[in-house]
Amino acid sequence: MKTDDLIRSLAADTPPRAASPDRLFQVALAAAVLVAAALFFATLGPRTDIGQAAQSVRFLFKFAVTGALAAAAFHLVRRQARPGAGTGGAARMLGLVPVLLAAGVALELAAVPPGDWAARLVGTNAAVCLTFIPLIGAAPLALFLLALRAGAPTRPAAAGAVAGLVAGGIAAAFYAAHCTDDSPLFVATWYGLAIMGLTVAGALGGRLFARW
Amino acid sequence: MRSAIAGDEAAYAEFLRDAARLVRALARRKLGSGSGIDPEDVVQEALLAIHLKRHTWRSDEPILPWLAAIARYKVVDGFRRRGRRMEVDIEDYAEFLEAPAADMLGERDIGRAIAALAPGQHKVVASVAVDGRSIRETAAAFGMTENAVRVAWHRGLAAIAAKFGRTGK
Repeated sequence: MKTDDLIRSLAADTPPRAASPDRLFQVALAAAVLVAAALFFATLGPRTDIGQAAQSVRFLFKFAVTGALAAAAFHLVRRQARPGAGTGGAARMLGLVPVLLAAGVALELAAVPPGDWAARLVGTNAAVCLTFIPLIGAAPLALFLLALRAGAPTRPAAAGAVAGLVAGGIAAAFYAAHCTDDSPLFVATWYGLAIMGLTVAGALGGRLFARW
Repeated sequence: MRSAIAGDEAAYAEFLRDAARLVRALARRKLGSGSGIDPEDVVQEALLAIHLKRHTWRSDEPILPWLAAIARYKVVDGFRRRGRRMEVDIEDYAEFLEAPAADMLGERDIGRAIAALAPGQHKVVASVAVDGRSIRETAAAFGMTENAVRVAWHRGLAAIAAKFGRTGK
């Protein structure tokens, strides 16, 4: 088949243009939050003392860091779906999230005597955390991978990994409302591990499903 | 591209020709002579990608970085797929045998992909892409409505692109 023939015949294919990737990601985000909320309230639900907890800096910090992760990763993955869109700025913003978390950990280490560090890190909910963050994040991850598939990520595995971070951030923010372990030491360790699981799953999913 | 989005077929064909030149230059440079990959295969795959992913270009942004990113991706993809194809050569050949029409479609990868389409899509895609008939002529020839031809043509293109995106089983 000659290239000229191909061009002529492509030009004859004029269906309405598909929705822009930005729009698809907005829809995916809305759906992801809804699905995650539904699963969260159906299974865990918020902790009973949430009114009191909301007064505590440590409790609020969990939402700051997971929310920042979801927002920064979402901003980045949206750009990754468009060929040629610069990702440097968005990637640097995402890089600030670990800095925020590290600052929280440092403050916690300064505020708590070394003898209590281990107990705070291990907490009481590690297994629940490692189960429910991936569980709540699975459907959001699938939605973001679908949006990526409709876009054109030139690095599908990397984009899939970032999609995993978005899903992880959303899932962790919901889970944080249930969990009574508020120490940044716990958050950095167990939330980190759970979100990393979603990130690896996202990278694999991107490799398999987001190629074009 | 802007007028193409507005539905100007001639302007769109012109744009695709420019894009083909750009991709061809990049593919020749990157592939070199010893790679065993025909740059023209990459050009055709990139054109198909440009066409099917044109919604990922934002009309308020310059188009060259977008085109260049797609071209680079397809060059890399060409290496990846052909590296892998060594293992699945027999399967490819089997598809070839099932579709006797392959001979007349030429030896390009896209030609082979067209040959492997489902019969309904195959006859429409072959009519438009290989025999060079217009959508209207194709509709008349097969007794289909123009709309049905357009749908089959579009789905056929998407199926071909999906074939290229596959990682190989």
